Amino acid sequence: MLHYLVRRLLTMIPTLLVISMLVFVIIQLPPGDYLESHIAELQSQGEAVDEQKIQFLREQYGLDKPMLHQYWFWLTGMLQGDFGYSFEYDLPVTEVVGDRLFLTVIVSIATIVFTWVMAFPIGIYSATHQYSWGDYGLSTLGFLGLATPNFLLALVMLYLANVYFGTSIGGLMEPEYIDAPWSIDKMLSILEHLWIPVVVIGTSGTAGMIRRLRANLLDELQKQYVTTGRAKGLPPGKLLRKYPLRIALNFFVADIGNLLPTVISGAEIVAVVMSLPMTGPILLSALQSQDMYLAGSFLMFLALLTVFGVLVSDIALALLDPRIRLGGTAGK
Amino acid sequence: MNDKEMSAGKMSNGHFVSQDPFNPHSIETLTPAQEKFYMASQWKLMWWKLKRHRLAVICGVILALNYATIMFSEVIAPYNLHSRNSDYIYSPPQSVHLFHQGEFIGPFVYGRDFELDMEILKRNYPERLDDVQPLRFFCSGDSYRFWGLFEASFHLICPPENGTFFLLGTDRLGRDMFSRITYGARISLTIGLVGIIISFTFGIIIGGLAGYYGGWVDASVQRLIEVIRSFPELPLWMALSAVLPVNWSPILIFFGITVILALLDWTGLARAVRSKLLSLREEDYCAAAELMGAKPGRIIGRHLLPGFMSHLIASATLSIPAMILGETALSFLGLGLRPPVTSWGVLLNEAQNINVVALYPWLLYPVVPVILVILTFNFFGDGLRDAADPYK
Repeated sequence: MLHYLVRRLLTMIPTLLVISMLVFVIIQLPPGDYLESHIAELQSQGEAVDEQKIQFLREQYGLDKPMLHQYWFWLTGMLQGDFGYSFEYDLPVTEVVGDRLFLTVIVSIATIVFTWVMAFPIGIYSATHQYSWGDYGLSTLGFLGLATPNFLLALVMLYLANVYFGTSIGGLMEPEYIDAPWSIDKMLSILEHLWIPVVVIGTSGTAGMIRRLRANLLDELQKQYVTTGRAKGLPPGKLLRKYPLRIALNFFVADIGNLLPTVISGAEIVAVVMSLPMTGPILLSALQSQDMYLAGSFLMFLALLTVFGVLVSDIALALLDPRIRLGGTAGK
Repeated sequence: MNDKEMSAGKMSNGHFVSQDPFNPHSIETLTPAQEKFYMASQWKLMWWKLKRHRLAVICGVILALNYATIMFSEVIAPYNLHSRNSDYIYSPPQSVHLFHQGEFIGPFVYGRDFELDMEILKRNYPERLDDVQPLRFFCSGDSYRFWGLFEASFHLICPPENGTFFLLGTDRLGRDMFSRITYGARISLTIGLVGIIISFTFGIIIGGLAGYYGGWVDASVQRLIEVIRSFPELPLWMALSAVLPVNWSPILIFFGITVILALLDWTGLARAVRSKLLSLREEDYCAAAELMGAKPGRIIGRHLLPGFMSHLIASATLSIPAMILGETALSFLGLGLRPPVTSWGVLLNEAQNINVVALYPWLLYPVVPVILVILTFNFFGDGLRDAADPYK
């Protein structure tokens, strides 16, 4: 197990390195550096440019140095917890990101839990009742869910809530908690508001997972050990619980890797539509104003979130499934 | 054992052996139907199998119709893409009537007045129930340049003389939503096709190299694919499209967005190509080609690819909807295509403000074709994938 863990952690390093390079290239793509456009913008508004501050920032982030040097700066800065400086907010990136990233994590986790809770019983039902009316109905619903882009679903739900309840369902907490420090009440308020974005983001993921779970379980149900078990007189419920379901469970954990990027993508755009205090709106505005350090750090955070999520799912899978655990120690 | 017993086919141990020459076809003769089946080419078999999948056929027909309409958007749309009716800003959809006071007239609409609800500042267009305005068919209306080639003014349906016909309402500039959705289909539907062609090319080349050469090429390609797949797609798309220079022309932006969509999409295809190639390159016919001096490019392109082309096409069909969705999402956020290029996403961009949508819900109509097209592509692709393996 330890072997597997170490190997798994080591393979993460090159992945993260490549991701950081990609992100850095994206940051660098717009012509000119951020300070230049920042100065131009200030001058066009007739504001005074604080030469000293510009000079300080330029040195701090090594903007006058060659590209490779800047990358190194950025990378080592991140390792020390310095994610750069947002020129739009005039704040270090970590301060801008703070709570929003935390809320993104909460919503993502809640969405995955929702996906599991919904997909598991429906998937099992569909697989055990293949080609029944229930199966067809659920499959059609699933297809619809899969085809409905979550930001459109968010729009439609916002509209419906507006028409039928006369309220806005945007936001993640009661207004009085927005800038308040964290407290039990604030958490409860968030939990109350959480379900709408979770349902909106989770729909397509749930639909996809139901289809995959159904296919997986169907494969498993056709195997010979199931026939043997049935022939020996095992009650159907027990037979299902005892073997095929447990194997399907493995797949459930393994599927996080598939699910997480979709969930995070969905969370970004749904947050924009419903104006939730998550990373989405800030990422969008950072990209639109080409506040590239902020945007880059967001991208990096989101990638980190995904990579760690997949790591957690891999470890859980190794704990569940001895084949993976032992395969790790035996080597190929 | 004597000769007489031999000729009767009886062996000394009592077994019967026929003396007739062995004819393998005597065991089972093929009916003409079976013969047709066994002699059919792979593509023909796929076609037969696809035809049996009724849902896929229906969806295929719907898609084909959709793609046919984009050839004649100018003729089908009653108005031009940019023609504004400044007297009818945010006009609600006009319903088409057939009967007026119990009398059959044929398709017509009622004339309308305009008033402003001062309380919520909403524009109302009450119908004048005595003003019958019959629609015109096969008529001449707004003039346009057909495919940008020649001037024409022929339309399938035109608004009544001195009247209006807004089947799905109008937007903030008084532009007809139905016409704009019809024109938007042109961009939204082609961006998926162009994108898939680019990602198909990437996928086959990169996956082909990885699968054929194996070793470190394969390892590094695998790593790259893993990295790309571990990245949340949409934020990366957003970042890349935000990078496109502001001063590019809308057409260049269109191609830029297409390439960006394709840049993240090829990984699935490359994986499929790689895994197929890895197993197929061990086959004898591949070794034979190699011994005869064929170069890798020829072996991949001539001998290996045709073997699983059908699979590739099927999986490509399944990734077109993702691209259409990607473009819609980007344009919706204002990072994708820019007016005057109009796609469904660009249309939805106007529906971003929920307060406007609450007053004028018909701005949400472009949602319907998006969902319809994605759904049909999914069903059609599923059917194709099942049919892609006709020997199963």
